[in-house]
Amino acid sequence: MNATMRRNGYRADALIETLHTIQESFGFLDDVSLRFVADALRVAPSQVYGVATFYHFFNLKPQGKHVCSVCTGTACYIKGAGKILDAIKEQHGIEPGQTTPDGELSLLTVRCVGACGLAPAVVFDGQVIGNQDVEQTQARIEGWISHANS
Amino acid sequence: MAVRSRIKTLKIDGRDVSAHEDETILQIAEENGIFIPTLCRIEGLSLIGACRLCLIEVKGWNRLVPACHTHAEEGMEVFTDTERLRNYRRMIIELLFSEGNHVCAVCVSNGNCELQYLAQRLGMDHVRFPNMQPVRKVDMTHERFVLDRNRCVLCARCIRVCDEIEGAHTWDMRGRGIDARVITDLDIPWGDSETCTSCGKCVNVCPVGAIVEKGRAVGEMTKRKDFLVYLSKMREAKK
Ligand code: SF4
Ligand code: SF4
Ligand code: FES
Ligand code: FES
Repeated sequence: MNATMRRNGYRADALIETLHTIQESFGFLDDVSLRFVADALRVAPSQVYGVATFYHFFNLKPQGKHVCSVCTGTACYIKGAGKILDAIKEQHGIEPGQTTPDGELSLLTVRCVGACGLAPAVVFDGQVIGNQDVEQTQARIEGWISHANS
Repeated sequence: MAVRSRIKTLKIDGRDVSAHEDETILQIAEENGIFIPTLCRIEGLSLIGACRLCLIEVKGWNRLVPACHTHAEEGMEVFTDTERLRNYRRMIIELLFSEGNHVCAVCVSNGNCELQYLAQRLGMDHVRFPNMQPVRKVDMTHERFVLDRNRCVLCARCIRVCDEIEGAHTWDMRGRGIDARVITDLDIPWGDSETCTSCGKCVNVCPVGAIVEKGRAVGEMTKRKDFLVYLSKMREAKK
């Protein structure tokens, strides 16, 4: 993270890249790192926070071991992303942006992952899988979790 | 050799007007006593073209353009008050009303609110969209000021004045779309902010009752905006 900032000459427009590096290293952005970046790049804390929350890519909370991110872009939404999302919410008792208490699963939503032809698409641990329905999605998540418990 | 003139002549609503090429249609209209509604624009701060209330039609152009951001061109024919524009403007105001909580009868800014003024001036008699009944956080932690996000129209004036004039950049916008909210520092309570100098500039530029002084009764909150033009001129002169 220091290297990223140095490479960019501590310019304020290095903000996104720096946040990127932090997230890669720690999985999420906590207040301490946001403050640190604001200070080092001389950007106001609120501005750093604004950027970090504008892009769905950044997480401000620690992520679970597995991350399931349901595309709610227009195409996927029309093709039933809402149902998939509702099923996961109900099954695991979490809202988008939350992680199960056992730290196994984080649920996220994204707006279009560029796989509209395969709608509805779900991203499982970074891998985009198209043509999903409620059963398939549930099965994949069950696979993760039962694996963890065995 | 033709010298390019810096003075442009154009027509606004059928009226011949002339203007310097640096001037925006909005400025020219105002100089000529032609009303164009605005909300995000405030003299003395940068332009962001966010509210879209100042949209105008230009003959031969397909798109509607914001008057606050469009410069004069030779021979341009501008229309500021067509049926189409009136419709869009009313719709924008209605959407703002439906998205937030704007019950004027209980608001400290009642009678001194730019949104209320626009609604009256643009003839909004009812809101066609269901109210979204937002439950957004109200921040009472600052010792002198209150922020009620339910009344915020996201014009970003507070953000700009705090950044551009005060130099503190306490405010910014979190999230996007329907989830967008104004925040102080890392979305902490305003009263805990380390950057806020309590100068009160954001209170004065906020067009609605979203940022107000504490302890005001209904309709009691008046704001002064004249300081802004003065301060921005003084800053400019120092550069
Ligand atoms: S009171 Fe002044 S410093 Fe504090 S947030 Fe408002 S404009 Fe910024
Ligand atoms: S708090 Fe007031 S000034 Fe700030 S964005 Fe909302 S409406 Fe505009
Ligand atoms: S809308 Fe889901 S991939 Fe485009
Ligand atoms: S005043 Fe022009 S877009 Fe808001």
